Amino acid sequence: MSFLTKKADALLGWVDARFPLTSNVKAHLTEYYAPKNFNFWYFFGSLALLVLVLQIVTGIFLTMHYKPEAAMAFASVEYIMRDVPWGWLIRYMHSTGASLFFVVIYLHMFRGLLYGSYRNPRELIWLFGVGIFLALMGEAFFGYLLPWGQMSYWGAQVITSLFGTVPFIGPDIAEWLRGDYLTSDATLNRFFAFHVIALPLVIIGLVAAHIIALHEVGSNNPDGVEIKKVKDKTTGIPLDGIPFHPYYSVKDLVGVVVFLIVFAAIIFFAPEMGGYFLEANNFVPADPLVTPAHIAPTWYFTPYYSILRAVPPIGISQFPGVAAMGLSVIAFAFLPWLDRSPVKSIRYKGNLYKGWLTAFVVSFLVLGYLGTVPADVWGQFGAWMGKADIATVVARIFSAIYFLFFILMPWYSKKDKTKPVPTRVTG
Amino acid sequence: MHIKTQMKKAVFALLLLPTLSFASTEVHLDKAPIDVSNHASLQRGARTFINNCLNCHSANYMRYNRLQDIGLTEKQIKENLLFTAEKVGDPMTATINKNDAKKWFGVAPPDLSVEVRARGADWVYTYMRSFYRDDTRPSGWNNLVFDKVAMPHVLYELQGEQALDHQTHKLTLVKPGKMSTDEYDAMVGDLTNFMAYMSEPAKQQRNRMGWFVLLFLGVLLVLTYKLKKAYWKDIH
Repeated sequence: MSFLTKKADALLGWVDARFPLTSNVKAHLTEYYAPKNFNFWYFFGSLALLVLVLQIVTGIFLTMHYKPEAAMAFASVEYIMRDVPWGWLIRYMHSTGASLFFVVIYLHMFRGLLYGSYRNPRELIWLFGVGIFLALMGEAFFGYLLPWGQMSYWGAQVITSLFGTVPFIGPDIAEWLRGDYLTSDATLNRFFAFHVIALPLVIIGLVAAHIIALHEVGSNNPDGVEIKKVKDKTTGIPLDGIPFHPYYSVKDLVGVVVFLIVFAAIIFFAPEMGGYFLEANNFVPADPLVTPAHIAPTWYFTPYYSILRAVPPIGISQFPGVAAMGLSVIAFAFLPWLDRSPVKSIRYKGNLYKGWLTAFVVSFLVLGYLGTVPADVWGQFGAWMGKADIATVVARIFSAIYFLFFILMPWYSKKDKTKPVPTRVTG
Repeated sequence: MHIKTQMKKAVFALLLLPTLSFASTEVHLDKAPIDVSNHASLQRGARTFINNCLNCHSANYMRYNRLQDIGLTEKQIKENLLFTAEKVGDPMTATINKNDAKKWFGVAPPDLSVEVRARGADWVYTYMRSFYRDDTRPSGWNNLVFDKVAMPHVLYELQGEQALDHQTHKLTLVKPGKMSTDEYDAMVGDLTNFMAYMSEPAKQQRNRMGWFVLLFLGVLLVLTYKLKKAYWKDIH
């Protein structure tokens, strides 16, 4: 052994006597055994972590130059775009990162739906995940106010008003959230605080819990079989497991580069993404006296926004729509207890589940599209339908399918004709 | 305003507004000749912008010395274009006093730094060519793209005067200006091009860099893929 390796070993020993470094590296990387049959859908967990880090780092640099004050916010963003060296790059990384965070998270969640990753014993992983999703929605919403453009302003005004529809205490809640009767400088200041410190802390904490819980029970896989059930007799290592590092660290690296190619293509060639990532109207400074003709949330909120618009009011109360919107997000949390199928993975589920999942995905996409356009986009029905907006009726039908996917799951997942599950992963 | 009415109004706006379609989209917009790599065009546009627009509109997020981007030297900027500021590093402020402007036009002329990003180049290009005589308006002018706009036709001496045929909804030149229609369109094209550049000065640098970044990532993809293959050769 050379002098240097001897010294390095001594140093590692010194650290290990005081901090569980080697044992943690083993537990979470070199001796964490992941199923060897991960496919395309398993890239999005590590990618979500990558985007989180990117958002935090770019966010820190933006915070150095951004002014969270109504009179200066818009100008300070343009200052970042023009006068701060590489400011435009940092800003586009952050704005593109926000949208891609949702792309990655939605695909990550869809993986869960495909392979039953929320099933016993992974319910808590799933619940932490739903928590991350909720916190992320809040994070995106608060962050969207900061550029202080017209869409920022009126988006915040509309969403905080939603809380105003809660019976009895609603108006007080809305005012408490805004810190004012209207969205104003006070609102901007507190949203800034939520965006740069409160929610990032919550998200980081939940991500840690998500990963700790995952490493406690081990990863699911496309076959939905538990690899820990078949272990090598002498070593105790799952026969279908391979160490996360180096196998999945090098594999995820390929995913990271592919992701970065997409990320860079958007940042450098289409940062507005046709108005979906950065809306044209948000290049007009916020003006409390001028309401834009068409207020729509950013694309990642539009499925829920569609549900909000689709549910008719009761009397003058818009609360049913707001409640439905809230439920449509929370519904994911109940999946571990709604799914009664004897198998986890879609590979061994029958056509009934596959049909419902397809219907759900189609609903999600159609609702997502309809949320970006005015309700009269497809014109109106004739007098026989009371001249109702076609898009509104379509949104109602797909909202119903969206909820039925969850509500009927205990029934159709049990009734579904499943195939026998192998004891080992099938690659 | 009472909170409850405020709330009701906001929720009402939320549920109703998306159902309103906006009339402005019905106007046909002409395609603006945008080429932010054409420095000659950008320089002509900058001259038009600074000589005319900057009297009333500011471009507060744009600094004069940034015009070095479009091939001008600091000396050229100082000697020919620096009208509304003392130092070449100052932002392009408007000559007009904002309060005066509000008194005279009813509304303060908006800052134009990011106008093209907000409305699109085609909108600006068409708007600047769509003024027509309308004696019912206080300024004597109206605009096909922006109905009842407060802004008068500042460049009418160059374009001449157009009139609106209420039947066909088309504009015709009734009194020629100093420029032919082609010359005027070309000038507005340069102006729009400059405003497109000004709305995001870093765009060209961004596009140029993008290719290098993608090239780098492409090479990295090959290397990481080979690394993965090498590590995974024993896994079946």
